[in-house]
Amino acid sequence: MTELSTTLFGLLIIGAAVGGAAVLTWFERRLLGIWQDRYGPNRLGPFGIFQVLADMLKLLTKDDWVPPFADRFVFILAPTVIVIVMMLGFAVIPFGPELQVIDLNIGLLFFLGMSSLAVYSVLLGGLASNNKYALLGGLRSAAQMVSYEVFMGLSLMGVVMLAGSFSLRDIVLAQEGLWYCIPQFLGLVTFTIAGIAESHRLPFDLPEAEHELTAGFHTEYGGMKFAMFMLGEYVGLILICCMMTVLFFGGWMGPLLPPIVWFCIKVFVLICFFVLLRAAIPRPRYDQLMGLGWKYMLPLTLINLLFTGAFLLVMES
Amino acid sequence: MWEAIRSQLVTMWTILQHTFTRSETVQYPEEKPYLAPRYRGRIVLTCDPDGEERCVACNLCAVACPVDCIALQQATKEDGRWYPEFFRINFSRCIMCGMCEEACPTNAIQLTPDFEMCEYDRQSMVYEKEHLQIAGTGKYHDYNYYRVAGMAIAGKDKGEAKNEAPPIDVKSLMP
Repeated sequence: MTELSTTLFGLLIIGAAVGGAAVLTWFERRLLGIWQDRYGPNRLGPFGIFQVLADMLKLLTKDDWVPPFADRFVFILAPTVIVIVMMLGFAVIPFGPELQVIDLNIGLLFFLGMSSLAVYSVLLGGLASNNKYALLGGLRSAAQMVSYEVFMGLSLMGVVMLAGSFSLRDIVLAQEGLWYCIPQFLGLVTFTIAGIAESHRLPFDLPEAEHELTAGFHTEYGGMKFAMFMLGEYVGLILICCMMTVLFFGGWMGPLLPPIVWFCIKVFVLICFFVLLRAAIPRPRYDQLMGLGWKYMLPLTLINLLFTGAFLLVMES
Repeated sequence: MWEAIRSQLVTMWTILQHTFTRSETVQYPEEKPYLAPRYRGRIVLTCDPDGEERCVACNLCAVACPVDCIALQQATKEDGRWYPEFFRINFSRCIMCGMCEEACPTNAIQLTPDFEMCEYDRQSMVYEKEHLQIAGTGKYHDYNYYRVAGMAIAGKDKGEAKNEAPPIDVKSLMP
């Protein structure tokens, strides 16, 4: 692609991600409603789709207030960080054979780096708010994300071994015969769990945990800045689903339909799955979460790595 | 650990099956829920079959009321009947518990299956007697307090009520 078309495509991706995140707020509530035997927002427009507009209008017209006791600069910086890094993560995702903003040869590492930087947003937001709930939320998120980061990276190494490349495009192309969700099933499971923790969605939304910490790290946030946090969270969800599609479900590949449609279908199904997790599974306790991460998930990924490595060595010889 | 994993998977499967169950929600303003005849809603004061008001202003409802939302003043009519001079229920405090209905000795105060009493002004939630009094008999169609009670009113002396024995002069020795 030429430079101009790449730029345009990048802008298109950003627009689609923001739009998708906005629609997702409504879609998630409707889907949760279906699974909890109720309707969810269904008043405004067909199926309540204009609820998105109403919510946006409300958030955007609110007073953009910074608490006098907060650290002003960091307080404003924090919500922008999460949106920016999540958007940057989309740069390396191959939406189709030719549809990619940039095909980095370390695309996977770039994605991991960007999602790690998102921790700063939550952490700084919690610290700068100068509020004990926010601080607890930030503390939890730091511990949670750091420990889940460890095996999130490791769980993907099996995929990298099989594909022999860090480039996401090559990884998709290597899944021509068999999607990696079968040989790398353990990797898929651990990556899914790490992905939920990374995007701090329910059931791993301990940084927010509205029942214990009012709203966790964004207790002091309101209006546009709160919207930025929410936007970052939903864009993060879409990003994680895109990554799972690319790494384990064969990316754009599929019969008959054009590649981009296949990609969107897979991402959509995965998003529904994430919403199902939210509807079904209760939030674990803080120590249970850490225990799960270090005692079960990390060994599982190591076992997965060991077997994948052994398998590849046997195949070579 | 295996049990925990199995339990989570079963939960997810159960929730997924709810895709095909009907929603429990009643779409309220368009679709009204069924309310039982004895549903406890807006309070009314009823009349007896002759069209006279039943309330004898005994204050038992005001005493029974756990949130003290009923206020009334007793007065006597020319014919000897008691009646409330004013009867005031503050519905912004009322909890629709029905204690007043249970306490009422004349079946005058009754709760109805109407709950749509929203107001923009809090003061409008205070109902006076003219707002509470209805012309009908409510849930008890035949009951008439003064016809069964021993109280003397104009046109009905002691001992003339239904099932009432004539009064006995306790100071006389005659059988």
